[in-house]
Amino acid sequence: MTFFIEVVLSGLMAGVMYSLVALGFVLIFKASGIFNFAQGVMALFAALTLVGLMEKFGFPIWLAIIGTIAVMIALAWLIERVMLRHLVNQEPIILFMATIGLAYVLEGMGDILWGSDVKVLDLGIPQGASDWMLDSFDIYIEKLEVFAAVTAAILVAFLAVFFQKTRIGRALRAVADDHQAALSVGISLHTIWVIVWSVAGIVALVAGIMWGSKSGVQFSLSLIALKALPVLILGGFTSVPGAIIGGMIIGVGEKVAEVYVGPFVGGAIENWFAYMLALVFLLFRPQGLFGEKIIERV
Amino acid sequence: MTEAATLTSNKTLLSVNNIEVIYDHVILVLKGVSLEVPEQGIVALLGANGAGKTTTLKAISNLLRAERGDITKGSIEFEGKRIDTLTSAQLVQQGVIQVMEGRHCFEHLTVEENLLTGAYTRRDGNAAINRDLELVYSYFPRLKKRNRAQAGYTSGGEQQMVAIGRALMSRPKMILLDEPSMGLAPQLVEEIFENVARLNRDEGVTFLLAEQNTNIALRYANHGYILENGRVVLDGSAAELRENTDVKEFYLGISEGQRINFRDVKHYRRRKRWLT
Ligand SMILES: Nc1ncnc2c1ncn2[C@@H]1O[C@H](COP(=O)(O)OP(=O)(O)O)[C@@H](O)[C@H]1O
Ligand SMILES: [Mg+2]
Repeated sequence: MTFFIEVVLSGLMAGVMYSLVALGFVLIFKASGIFNFAQGVMALFAALTLVGLMEKFGFPIWLAIIGTIAVMIALAWLIERVMLRHLVNQEPIILFMATIGLAYVLEGMGDILWGSDVKVLDLGIPQGASDWMLDSFDIYIEKLEVFAAVTAAILVAFLAVFFQKTRIGRALRAVADDHQAALSVGISLHTIWVIVWSVAGIVALVAGIMWGSKSGVQFSLSLIALKALPVLILGGFTSVPGAIIGGMIIGVGEKVAEVYVGPFVGGAIENWFAYMLALVFLLFRPQGLFGEKIIERV
Repeated sequence: MTEAATLTSNKTLLSVNNIEVIYDHVILVLKGVSLEVPEQGIVALLGANGAGKTTTLKAISNLLRAERGDITKGSIEFEGKRIDTLTSAQLVQQGVIQVMEGRHCFEHLTVEENLLTGAYTRRDGNAAINRDLELVYSYFPRLKKRNRAQAGYTSGGEQQMVAIGRALMSRPKMILLDEPSMGLAPQLVEEIFENVARLNRDEGVTFLLAEQNTNIALRYANHGYILENGRVVLDGSAAELRENTDVKEFYLGISEGQRINFRDVKHYRRRKRWLT
């Protein structure tokens, strides 16, 4: 039983990562209808910038984090200026292709600015097992993972308050609902896009920190974006809770399947489990678990 | 009903001068539209479906650009200043706001949140905004009762009230109201127009309203313009228009029986055009 709980917990922790990347997708998709292919690369770029600021400029951790947030906001502003502004009213597929281009640009920029070697991200997050969990429940779990989960929870709570309670948050939801009506009351879409890409950039930074602390900052980080796709199919493209819960389900599902079913089929289930699950969902529940209810008025 | 014309000053608040609007760089929709709205007036923009009413309102509020529309000729002035280069956000700040055809409420926001989005451009603090929220509720008590309901689940009439209330929250000098009667039961239409008249009288809000319901629009407006195929074909005071035989026949549905005169041929052609 303990072993099963350990498997589930470690799945949950991996799931948190998927959730964060999917969350970035959902935010941008809701506010602008853009499927942002570059979300994973944004996480990589943020982590690279963080490490770079610490290593090359000797910034202390807190200053490096603030600096990286500033860079992500500047990046959002630049993306709006150079890319989105000129593509308003274009077909979604054109915007999607633009974000593919953006992914390559960001990857290249990360390379040029910070180099392409694998970097160690050490934020002083304690390593090793959580003694408390081990002592009280006899469960082995990494401190880093607990830290990651708590951070993600705080981030999500913070975002929830931001969206529900602030004037800007309300405007973001208004744009997501009906961008024409939002324009009509004087909400500037340009401002909203900068804000939403900034938020997505900060979420990407948190994802980048977590993944980077665990496996080092390297290109494979941008590949977790591929795992976000099944998460989105599961949770629904426009649902924030869907992104979070979808990520956890896939994280847990693939770990459990790997450990308990893997031995019978020769392993490596973890690599394709998410896609299989997504396929099942596409067949039987294409709107996802939490796909937004379309309100139909009679 | 009291004729609101007595309140209208002669000062022109909005003037649209011979504007031409093209969609997608090729579709010419407005072919030289001119109109004037006096301060504190209620002006009706009438015409059949597709005549260009919405396009005219969107040209004024500059929501055109979001639909790939462009003003290619003419000018628009508000309070004597050119406004055709301002963004819709700047226009809202100047006091011009549009209530779009089909209400366009934010479906997943509550009624109250919808109203608050109308105050997005304001910088005069929460106290003033909350005062105006109460003002909106005093005009539309039904919205107060339903303030926590998701707007998507409210009735058509309530959504129209939300849309108008939301516009009011921006403290507008002028509201561009697009087809408020659309899809509403007659007594609700009456209620909405009563509120328009009250807002005009008590809050001094100027209205330019587009309507296919000529009858009710001419009862509440002081002046009307009739649009056909992107041109103003007739304009006059509401009283004049109500008595005009063409308006009676084609817009108010009052037929004067078998009239055999020189205009019949013309009428026939025009009727054909409307019906196609
Ligand atoms: N976004 C658009 N792109 C192209 N044509 C449009 C667009 N919007 C409206 N039109 C056309 O412009 C004409 C006038 O439309 P509109 O202003 O909506 O009329 P009304 O509001 O009087 O019904 C119609 O023929 C319509 O097909
Ligand atoms: Mg219309």
